[in-house]
Amino acid sequence: MPDLSDAAKTEIRRLMAQFPHRQSALLGALFVAQEEAGVLFPEIVAQVAEVMRLPESEVTSVASFYHLFRFKPEGRHLIQVCTNVSCLLNGCDRTLERLKHRLGIELGETTPDGRFTLRTAECLAACEIAPMMMVGPDRHGPVQPEQIDEILGKYA
Amino acid sequence: MPESFLLKYVHESDQGELAAYRSRGGYEGLRRALAMPPEQVTDEVEKSGLRGRGGAGFGTGRKWKFLPRDPAVTKYIVVNADEGEPGTFKDRTLLEGDPHRLIEGIVIAGYAIGAHQAFIYLRREFHRARAILERAIAQAYAEGYLGANIQGSAYQLDVVVATGAGAYIAGEETALLESLEGHRAMPRLKPPFYPAVQGLYMQPTALNNVETLCHVAWILARGQEWYRQQGAPILFSVSGHVQHPGVYELPLGTTIRTVVEAAGGMRPGRAFKACFPGGSSSAVLPEAYLDTPMDYDLTKLDVYGSMLGSAALIVMDDSTCMVEVVARTVEFYRDESCGKCTPCREGTVWITQVFDRILHGQGRMEDLDLLNGIAKGMTGTCFCPLGESVPPAIYSTLRFFRHEYEHHIRTAGCDVRAAAHA
Repeated sequence: MPDLSDAAKTEIRRLMAQFPHRQSALLGALFVAQEEAGVLFPEIVAQVAEVMRLPESEVTSVASFYHLFRFKPEGRHLIQVCTNVSCLLNGCDRTLERLKHRLGIELGETTPDGRFTLRTAECLAACEIAPMMMVGPDRHGPVQPEQIDEILGKYA
Repeated sequence: MPESFLLKYVHESDQGELAAYRSRGGYEGLRRALAMPPEQVTDEVEKSGLRGRGGAGFGTGRKWKFLPRDPAVTKYIVVNADEGEPGTFKDRTLLEGDPHRLIEGIVIAGYAIGAHQAFIYLRREFHRARAILERAIAQAYAEGYLGANIQGSAYQLDVVVATGAGAYIAGEETALLESLEGHRAMPRLKPPFYPAVQGLYMQPTALNNVETLCHVAWILARGQEWYRQQGAPILFSVSGHVQHPGVYELPLGTTIRTVVEAAGGMRPGRAFKACFPGGSSSAVLPEAYLDTPMDYDLTKLDVYGSMLGSAALIVMDDSTCMVEVVARTVEFYRDESCGKCTPCREGTVWITQVFDRILHGQGRMEDLDLLNGIAKGMTGTCFCPLGESVPPAIYSTLRFFRHEYEHHIRTAGCDVRAAAHA
């Protein structure tokens, strides 16, 4: 279990200084920790709490509320498939089936090579390109099932 | 003919650059505002008739007037850039396409209410918008549009971008403030916690939507009289089964039919069946309502709790199974319920279970009364608008598309999808 680096701690302190109340930096601090450690292991959460001078229980409580924090290892690239109404109307279920088939995993799972984790997502505010999905920070759409291989090929 | 202005420059590749923005008249509204007393800026916005574009439609100028004028009281500007209402994508379009317009609107709003600190609560998934916005903010600081002595005046404003972490509920204004304070995004009781009175850190806070503040920049640049002549433009996010999904700028009060036509109409060989006029939190309206004006005020849109909301028009053609659509919508609210109040936390789970049964061929006719009963139990009883968003789609589809539910229950199959794929 690696400790948070000094650079990460410095960044968390920089975020804290942006707000009149230091706890406002908590979500940002958790992302700093997650990006460095990959996962919000309890030991990592404890270090965030220590730097921010907050109770560990409070930090855990807040982190567990939000979808984008991870508590177990995941793939290098997170695939988020929107399955909300506009994407449903445009065939997201077929795209999702193809993804599961090509990756050989179910929702919430990670490929054995650690490349991809597959999840559904709430509406990602890009309904003009429905059916859409995000791979890491990138938006893709409209995604037809036959385009899946090409899209996945862009991510090592 | 009113000119389109909110979207006028969003597709110019250099619009995010301060120099390009200025060359197209940018920051003129701020220059004009700084030459007026702050109260006059608020008056100008109030006279323009602008109503908040986040979904509630509350008068923007009026909202600002709720904040105390006392300069000794610390006040904040908070921008709701946590766009998440299903079917809505106009704020993201503005953030990516015209970031300085938002910054200009923020400074004008801050000056009007006497705030010296603004926070933009941006959806975490908006990676592209964040990069564009942070670059624009840095430019605005470098050129004296943010920071101390803005454009030679005595006014100071700092802007910080904070992000969410994936929670639809954080779009609700008091839940947003909780999240911005570093807590779980659970809504606060209103009253007493109206943001204008007790907002961020319990201080008076003007909480405005991205599109609203872009309107403010235009109102100050051109004057409220000009703005009123434009017929109260609003951005419609149009998606679903239309030929050209996208954001369209049309006057408030445009009929559903005209908005659909603006988006290229229905796809070849398909007919309009129904729509959500204001995101999935509104009721589902069938074809008979095509000539209904999309407006905050007109009661005609208010069918089974339908509303303009965030002006997200989700269009469905005759291949759509309404039972499946409503089931998917309720699943979303179930997943996003914060769990604070019982009607929302339990009601969304119960309704999903009934839909699962119906869609898996195990439905019973009594389930329709059960759905209606659970929806009634959630109406007016939920702590915040999230739970209250569920009943409209249930009531309206049970009324307008009851035969589809009955067909699913009777035959364990879907005649609509069967016909569409025949």
